[in-house]
Amino acid sequence: MQTVVLVKQVVDTEAEKRLLPGEWRLDRASVENILNPYDEYAVEAAVQLKEELGGEVTVLSMGPQEAEEAIRKALAMGADRGVLVSDPVLQGSDALATARVLAQVLRGLGFDLVLCGSMSTDAQTGLVPAALGELLDLPVLGAVNRLEVHGGSLKAARQTDEGAIVYECPLPAVVAVAKGINEPRYPSLRGIMGAKKKPLDTKTAADLALELGAVGLGGARTRVHAATSVPPRAAGKTVTEYESPQEGARLLADFLHENKLV
Amino acid sequence: MEFGLTEEQRDIQTMTRDFARERIAPRAREWDREHVVPMDLLAELGELGLLGVCVPEEYGGAGADYLSFILVIEELSRADAGVGVAVAVNTSLATLPILEFGTQEQKQVWVSRLASGEVLGAYALTEPGSGSDAASIVTSARRDGDGYLLNGAKQFITNAGFAGLFVVMARTGPPGSGAQGVTAFLVDAATEGLALGREEEKLGLNSSSTRGLVLENVRVAESARLGAEGEGFVIAMKTLDGGRIGIAAQAIGIAQAGLDTALAYAGQRQQFGQLIADFQAIQWKLADMDKDIDAARLLTYRAAWLKMSGLPHTAEGAKAKLFASEMARRHTAEAVQVLGGYGYTKEFPVERYYRDAKITEIYEGTSEIQRLVIARELLKS
Repeated sequence: MQTVVLVKQVVDTEAEKRLLPGEWRLDRASVENILNPYDEYAVEAAVQLKEELGGEVTVLSMGPQEAEEAIRKALAMGADRGVLVSDPVLQGSDALATARVLAQVLRGLGFDLVLCGSMSTDAQTGLVPAALGELLDLPVLGAVNRLEVHGGSLKAARQTDEGAIVYECPLPAVVAVAKGINEPRYPSLRGIMGAKKKPLDTKTAADLALELGAVGLGGARTRVHAATSVPPRAAGKTVTEYESPQEGARLLADFLHENKLV
Repeated sequence: MEFGLTEEQRDIQTMTRDFARERIAPRAREWDREHVVPMDLLAELGELGLLGVCVPEEYGGAGADYLSFILVIEELSRADAGVGVAVAVNTSLATLPILEFGTQEQKQVWVSRLASGEVLGAYALTEPGSGSDAASIVTSARRDGDGYLLNGAKQFITNAGFAGLFVVMARTGPPGSGAQGVTAFLVDAATEGLALGREEEKLGLNSSSTRGLVLENVRVAESARLGAEGEGFVIAMKTLDGGRIGIAAQAIGIAQAGLDTALAYAGQRQQFGQLIADFQAIQWKLADMDKDIDAARLLTYRAAWLKMSGLPHTAEGAKAKLFASEMARRHTAEAVQVLGGYGYTKEFPVERYYRDAKITEIYEGTSEIQRLVIARELLKS
């Protein structure tokens, strides 16, 4: 079983995020960066499949050199090797351009399954899995919260409000897992110590013979034109003067009705 | 000079911090209130490798360095000081002396089990009548055929309630033979004649087990002796030289937790129409906490570095422990002060930090003993 997990390094979800003025890209230098929390579910799912079926887990990421740290965490969790695509010309890639780069790497790797998180916590588009499926002509399943692999096919379930929908599809395939499919493990100390000894290849755009017009800012089909901060919340209303609890409750209910909140 | 952590040390610190924040801190209040020793959590720490951080891989440990172990103690203690000391004692006071002074057989029998958490270790030096004056212990170890018979009582033994192994200091020399008459033994907790006293009711550290031991004709084989006869006091003191660095780290973790809470509270609490963090009176408290925590860290990391570099660290460890523990006691009190009336209630964790911090000035050598150690080294030359 050869699984490739796509991961992204994102700014710490607890940190206060800032945009670089004029560029509308996240300022990654000023904050801690972590492995995208949604990707941890994909890494865990891949490691569990390896523990069950054997094989190898490759972690693939595109990003600045520091994204190595996110890959290393996945290696510490039990993945076997990492590939980082890092090149300044790739800066500004949107979801489609990113998918093009990742697809090119995947073409060069043998794999049975591509696993990814449902989205990154920074851009939150969730588009990469679908774009990859299109570029590689592979089936794509999203929001998967149960996953089994039997021989050359997989069975995946997706939870909806009405119930679970179970899909089967042949391998290879691209699967985006939902938060909650598993409980990602903490890397053990032995895992952390061993992660540094695992192979991690860094590739440039030239290594991948990428068509430069199709990647980076130039290859992006979308562009961020502006960003605005969420306006600070207006002060709420506190009900302090009332004759009885009933009257207090009525005043609260009136407020909710007046503001069409109920 | 190099003040940065290695990539590996940082990864271990980050993992432990995440784990402690998500899995330990949310339960600490309940453990404190209910006096619960979280055995399930200790098992989890074993699975993650946190019970054998600086134990070589060949003995089942993670094979990380001693500073990594110190970082782990600090992060665990930041969430729960009782968990911190359980790990500190298991590694510093039970595992490391076996690695340093044990025979090949003793290492094979005990170390991998201690490193995995299959067995947890405790250290039994203190007695009802022998605290700081450790050379006055009266628990006896009398030759008996091809082994020894141990008789006596031990007091305030951390981890006693669940330990599978006790490192016991006992007197093989005649009564009154002082430091020269002490020998160390590795005593399996299941040995006949070994009984536990009741769980002590303490000011704090309620998630930690503290009990006495009664040894009544406890028979151990000669192979259970750690080091030579009469070498026990030296082993005990060298072990505490390292143990103190762990307690310094525990104190730093507690103080940092106090600062974390005070900082968050000061940034939300309004009085006189402004955040209390905008008052210089509060800012000075926070600044002093941060400064002293930093100073304690530098002393402690230096002592750890000396130890893992194989250099003398007796006085440096004592300085780290003395400074860090007094700092933690003082600044957890200040953290309570920042929170005012709320800080005095159990709704907020700072009163627990305050109670937990106090023990760091007492165990593994009181502040008075640390000053004695420092002064002795100073006057040596």
